[in-house]
Amino acid sequence: MCPPDHFGIEYEINPWMSIQQGSDPERAAGQWRALERTLEDLGVAIDLMTPEKGLPDLVFTANAGLVYRDTFIASRFRFGVRQGETPHFEAWGRARGFEVLTPPEGMNFEGAGDALFCGETLFAGYRFRSDVRSHHWVGERLGVEVLPMELVDPRYYHLDTCFCPLEAGVAVYYPGAFDDYGRAVIRGRIPTLIEVRAEEAQSFSCNAVVVGRTVVLNQGAPALAADLQRLGYATRTLELSEFIKSGGSAKCLTLRVDGEEAAAWKAAGSAASP
Amino acid sequence: MASREKSSEARAAGSGEEIEVRGHIVDSLLLPKILDRILQMGGTFEIRECRIGVQRSDPSYARIGIRADTPEAVAEIIGDLVEHGASPVHPEDVRTVPADVAAAFPENFYSTTNQRTQVRVKGRWIDVEDQEMDCGVALDAAAGRARCIPMVHVELGMPIVVGHAGVRVLPEERSRETSLFGFMSSNVSSEKPKAVSLQGVADSIRATRADGKKVLLVGGPAIVHTGSAPHVARLIREGWIQTLFAGNALATHDIEQSLYGTSLGVSIAKGEAIEHGHEHHLRAINAIRRLGGIRAAVDQGVVTSGIMYECVKQGVDFVLAGSIRDDGPLPDVVTDVLVAQDRMRASVRDVGFALCIATALHSIATGNLLPAWVKVVCVDINPATVTKLADRGSFQTIGIVTDVEPFLRSLAAELTAGGAETGPGA
Repeated sequence: MCPPDHFGIEYEINPWMSIQQGSDPERAAGQWRALERTLEDLGVAIDLMTPEKGLPDLVFTANAGLVYRDTFIASRFRFGVRQGETPHFEAWGRARGFEVLTPPEGMNFEGAGDALFCGETLFAGYRFRSDVRSHHWVGERLGVEVLPMELVDPRYYHLDTCFCPLEAGVAVYYPGAFDDYGRAVIRGRIPTLIEVRAEEAQSFSCNAVVVGRTVVLNQGAPALAADLQRLGYATRTLELSEFIKSGGSAKCLTLRVDGEEAAAWKAAGSAASP
Repeated sequence: MASREKSSEARAAGSGEEIEVRGHIVDSLLLPKILDRILQMGGTFEIRECRIGVQRSDPSYARIGIRADTPEAVAEIIGDLVEHGASPVHPEDVRTVPADVAAAFPENFYSTTNQRTQVRVKGRWIDVEDQEMDCGVALDAAAGRARCIPMVHVELGMPIVVGHAGVRVLPEERSRETSLFGFMSSNVSSEKPKAVSLQGVADSIRATRADGKKVLLVGGPAIVHTGSAPHVARLIREGWIQTLFAGNALATHDIEQSLYGTSLGVSIAKGEAIEHGHEHHLRAINAIRRLGGIRAAVDQGVVTSGIMYECVKQGVDFVLAGSIRDDGPLPDVVTDVLVAQDRMRASVRDVGFALCIATALHSIATGNLLPAWVKVVCVDINPATVTKLADRGSFQTIGIVTDVEPFLRSLAAELTAGGAETGPGA
């Protein structure tokens, strides 16, 4: 995680951001600390990035890159305003002992924002931020199956805003963010699915952090919480409204460095644990 | 019925291209999606090759022929499919039309970038020569050659490339780790480590010379005002600069310094205005005009030091381009901007590295002429100058925001023999 010391809305690169509306630094700091405390309470060890002035979105560490075993594929951001984050994330990866790879010039790839393992397969979002070519490149480099799915609603510009794997074969998703093909891929490949309603998707409920069998998510999704509980998951709800103004919530504020719960390679016990 | 036959005939006779798509295109449904989109957009397809991965992690591959009524329709379909990971193969030959007006391109001309470009002629890809942004491409089909041509040089009847078909751009693959041009390429900042930047510039200059390419210096008058002229003179004397682009001002102030020890009337040694010093620059210009030019002034022993002196002595190719506010100007100044552009164009051909120092307009003018693979370092106290250059398409530019005097002093110390002899103020 990266503390929100320099977080703010300094530009508009998604439909949630409004420079005029801005965000409240004190409230943001409080909400971020509450997330940190919740994760610590769940037994998570947290590694902190150093915040950098002028990089307000560095707090969204899910976009740092993609972790796979001891490899870290650093992001290549689509928008110039975020491109300055890459060297910090690369340096972080190197300092933690990862083999750091960067997609070639001309590709756009926004890390765990757009590429999420569910089982053996990497589910990948494209169109608004990452592109298909970069997902193919990642798949080739890692030797894993990659399924690119087109995102069609600009409010759900990253895959992690509308799709959340819980464990191999189980995921939460908001169908309205995908086209027919994308929906068919998810339905065809993930046997247990929780569909999120439009009004609850808007509260960024898919942007959740999964720790063991606990799901940490933003408040405002009671139906989803009930569905999760029926499947045997505990939920922790937080208020992350200041970050939603920037188009991110719990998941965006974290990068799981030992593999997401749903990633098959994590279960195989070969985590990098740097 | 007749019209349907006509349209299917037209389609058969219409325009076609091939695309290829690879990756996990079967399970991700990208392949069916691409085929559906071709039909939705009014095209037809033919799968010409398809290899399906054996295991789940194996990628698959498909080569697909696409046809539609018009080249525009095909281009539109391909433009859409590229978003879904497809890339065109076997495009058509490039199309040209003869220029119908001299000094202007035909409608729908292909407008160049500064990136390496190729055109397809009789099924073969040939490199476009003299790569330069914001030009057209003139084709000599008989000789099998294509070159960038500025608008003003178009002659009546010259075959000019139109449309995008048969043109491909090969972006520079830049390594991220190996040099200054790797890790410095983030953004313009005054907070970069200067010693590392300087070392990177010095290494690039050495590498350029080792490659047998020329180093170009594009300089503004601030080089002289800040007392950096001796550093530049030393770099030229020791063979580190082969080409100089500047305006009347740099040359004038440099010569004024040689003749009077002042720059715009201010003593370089003392930093004070000299009495009647404001006349010096005009007197300097007048002296050179009376002798006929800078070379004559050096040959006759009138100018005995400075940047322009070293240029003449070392045979450095210099282009001084005029501006509306020039005093004089010096007889060497090219006052017709189009002629100056052409002189610069000819002089950048073998340049492998360009160092732009403290001049916005000359830097941008030079950036416009350079292909993207020529490294450009722009040094200026004002970050906006550096940003401007990058914003105008010279994205390969590395910006260093710093005072030019310490930069040039350190660069000269790094590159030249008398490294320790750093002059006053060191």
